[in-house]
Amino acid sequence: MKRLLLVITLSLWASSAFAVEARDFDTEADAQRYYKLIARLRCLVCQNQSLADSNADLARDMRDKTFELMFEKESSDDDIVNFMLERYGDFVLYRPPFKATTVALWLAPAIALILGLVLVARLAASSTGQSSRAQVEDEKLAAARRLLNDSERVDRDQPR
Amino acid sequence: MHSVSGHTHERGVGRITFLIPLLVCVVIGVFLYRGLSLNPREVPSPLIGKAAPEFKLPSLHQPDTILSPASFAGKPWILNVWASWCVACRQEHPVVTNLAQRVDIPVIGLDYKDQPEDGKAWLTQFGDPYDASIVDLEGNAGLDWGVYGVPETFLIDANGVIQFKHIGPLTSDIVETRLMSKLAELGGS
Repeated sequence: MKRLLLVITLSLWASSAFAVEARDFDTEADAQRYYKLIARLRCLVCQNQSLADSNADLARDMRDKTFELMFEKESSDDDIVNFMLERYGDFVLYRPPFKATTVALWLAPAIALILGLVLVARLAASSTGQSSRAQVEDEKLAAARRLLNDSERVDRDQPR
Repeated sequence: MHSVSGHTHERGVGRITFLIPLLVCVVIGVFLYRGLSLNPREVPSPLIGKAAPEFKLPSLHQPDTILSPASFAGKPWILNVWASWCVACRQEHPVVTNLAQRVDIPVIGLDYKDQPEDGKAWLTQFGDPYDASIVDLEGNAGLDWGVYGVPETFLIDANGVIQFKHIGPLTSDIVETRLMSKLAELGGS
């Protein structure tokens, strides 16, 4: 039983850990730079995965290219990103750039928040209006109560 | 009298406020409904309107012949990216065959990440509609052309500028409504 558990645990670990092939880096900083960049780039086949997550063929090719550009051609991160942008467009970036076509995408949440706050503020204001109306109704109620009390007194005065 | 008009005014504001969520729902609904008929797999290519990326690759049938986009310059040409391992390519193959018979411009096949023997066997089995076939064993040309899912089809004009790209299998509908009209604009047939 223990051995079975061990096998299951190890196989689970293996399946999640090796989407990305092992590579040799000269320094730890190189490795970090590489893994950081492939996490910024999107795999176009499995669209909700970055190059770092995907084990699609295309993702592997794109990782190879990234590695080659980074360490053999010594391109900067920006150059590599531009290389991918020229070929695949903005979609290759996990975080879309801020430009004319993406203004709505970036600003919509802020606008929705502001509209929401305005709405809440207005609702709050109108509910204070309601409480003043409630005050008026309180006065009317008091008046009605007085009238009722009076009529009760009249009832009591009536001889049975 | 004054208090009565004030009362109805407050009612009116309340009604408009209640309409806002409805309006928001309608707007979101329109966008979502539009989204239903869009294909998220079709990522617009940044290469449309740009010069066709360079490649120098061997011909499938004559491995000694090296082909490049310059080999086809001078009139419009079609590049169809396919592979023997690609199921959707079998599906579009009759459409490509029909297209190649109809147009008098070169229809070039790019055998993407495929062994030349497999590619040749595939063309023998299903028929070879291409004026020339190119082998992209490593997929480097595919990467430069922004290929991410075979089959893909490009239309390149006489000046070597990419004018049209289709991702996924061609259908006779797409050929009729989009590719042929684009080709007519370029002055080909």
